[in-house]
Amino acid sequence: MEAKVFASSQPILSLRGISKYFGGVHALEDVDFDVYPQEIVALVGDNGAGKSTLVKIIAGVHRPTKGHIFFQGQPVEIHSPHDAQALGIEIVYQELALIETRDVPANFFLGREPVKGRLGIFVDRRKMVEDTVRTLRELGIELPYLRSPVRYLSGGQRQALAIGRVMPWGGKIIIMDEPTAALGVKESRRVLDLILRLKEKGCSVIVISHNMRHVFNVADRIVVLRGGRKVGDKKKSETTPDEIVKLIVGADML
Amino acid sequence: MRYVEPGLVLRFARNQLAALLVILGGMVLLLSLLTSTFLTANNIFNVLRAFSWIAIASFGQSIVIIGGGIDLSAGSNMAFAGIITAMLLLAGYSVVFSILVGLLITLGIGLLNGLMVSKTKLPPFIATLGTMSIVRGFCYGMTQGWPVRNLPRSFMFLGQTDIWRVPLPAIIMIGLAVFCAILLEKTKLGYHVYAVGGNEYAASLVGINTGRVKTIAFTLSGLFAGIGGLLMTARLGVAAPTAAQGYELDIIAAAVIGGISLTGGEGSVWGALIGAAIMQILRNALVLMGFPAYWQPAAIGAVIIGAVMIDMYRKRKV
Repeated sequence: MEAKVFASSQPILSLRGISKYFGGVHALEDVDFDVYPQEIVALVGDNGAGKSTLVKIIAGVHRPTKGHIFFQGQPVEIHSPHDAQALGIEIVYQELALIETRDVPANFFLGREPVKGRLGIFVDRRKMVEDTVRTLRELGIELPYLRSPVRYLSGGQRQALAIGRVMPWGGKIIIMDEPTAALGVKESRRVLDLILRLKEKGCSVIVISHNMRHVFNVADRIVVLRGGRKVGDKKKSETTPDEIVKLIVGADML
Repeated sequence: MRYVEPGLVLRFARNQLAALLVILGGMVLLLSLLTSTFLTANNIFNVLRAFSWIAIASFGQSIVIIGGGIDLSAGSNMAFAGIITAMLLLAGYSVVFSILVGLLITLGIGLLNGLMVSKTKLPPFIATLGTMSIVRGFCYGMTQGWPVRNLPRSFMFLGQTDIWRVPLPAIIMIGLAVFCAILLEKTKLGYHVYAVGGNEYAASLVGINTGRVKTIAFTLSGLFAGIGGLLMTARLGVAAPTAAQGYELDIIAAAVIGGISLTGGEGSVWGALIGAAIMQILRNALVLMGFPAYWQPAAIGAVIIGAVMIDMYRKRKV
């Protein structure tokens, strides 16, 4: 079933020949990367392999030094996070990117607060609260206090909030940088469920993770980076955790 | 699934303003009992008038601090606005024109601070430490060190009139507090000020133009320092180059006592208003109770430390 979906559909996002240099450092070198509709792609690799750089290029935080990006077959340039959001690319950052001193709705709508009135400068607080509650319910995310600063939430609750807040924007591609890194077993399970639910809802998900069990739990395809180059691109059904680990560390395959 | 809110007790404990109002109320109650002179209309209005300049400047300062910065040039800006306006008045320009130019210049200094912080990435402390000294130098240089006197009555009216016994500066102060509160709490810009101060990296990741937010915050701080400075000058009837020296610390202290965290991202202008009130009432109390004025700085210092310690403890506990 899944194989058929892949065969019959075009990638929603294609990167071709992407290189990124920071001064003399080659963070990425000639990387091709595809994401298909309703697909969960795991992006794996050692520290410094270029995973975060790659997703930041997709999210408009970095510009590639070389290479092209195609969205639904059309060449696009992503200059800023706003450009990425306009295309339907949402990112959940490793650093969580929450404002600890602000409450849940303010974080939920961070940077794109809805406005009301003719002046267009006043925030529509009621809509913020209503939409926040509705989305969190839909996703089955439980948060104790909506109107308290986010610093009073647990790690898992914060992660759920960080993931949940990208939902209402009709994102077609959701990128998650280490979503389970700082979480306990139970909380990780919830986040993985959330990823699967995003797929059910029609999203594609790119997940960066170091945890092989989590990767094989949710991913449809696994892309391996090493030293800024793509060294593996495998469907989950055609590979094993062993093989992926060998690709990550660069050990001889045979 | 239900979204429960914290109980009333917890909400009250977490509410900075509530805690501040309790302290302020306690001070008022205590002073009313200890002295016969505190709770008279005359004294109250004098207190109001005396802290209105500091409070107004601290509103602008609050916006900067909530946005993660600090503005040390506020005191110099207060004096400079007075000097510019006074010199223009003596040169025969109209009151309205002179005031507008005075305010425009401090607004410009604020804008310069903002651009130095956002474009050249100077730390706010350094950038405004520099402008604090530069502007003070202009104050001395332009006046040769002499105070500017003999200001027209039509200007001094601003600082000295009462409307139904309420001093005009106090009314202006309340108006500006409402303006700042709406700006910070109801507008998109205000949300972004909190975001930049709370976590600048996160704010930039979601596409908030952090440089623009900071520049606007510093510009407003310059403007509000100018307004406070003009009210001070109008009240004193003289624009001295030494005026408002050291006020930047009072202005910052008002914000800090009012629960505005120096690390940014939280607090409100109402807190700064109450903070300024607490400082002035304390000064007033020491005078009414017969302590020599020389001891005031020690008392203010103790209040600053106490207020911040209470605030930190409160945040940790609940």
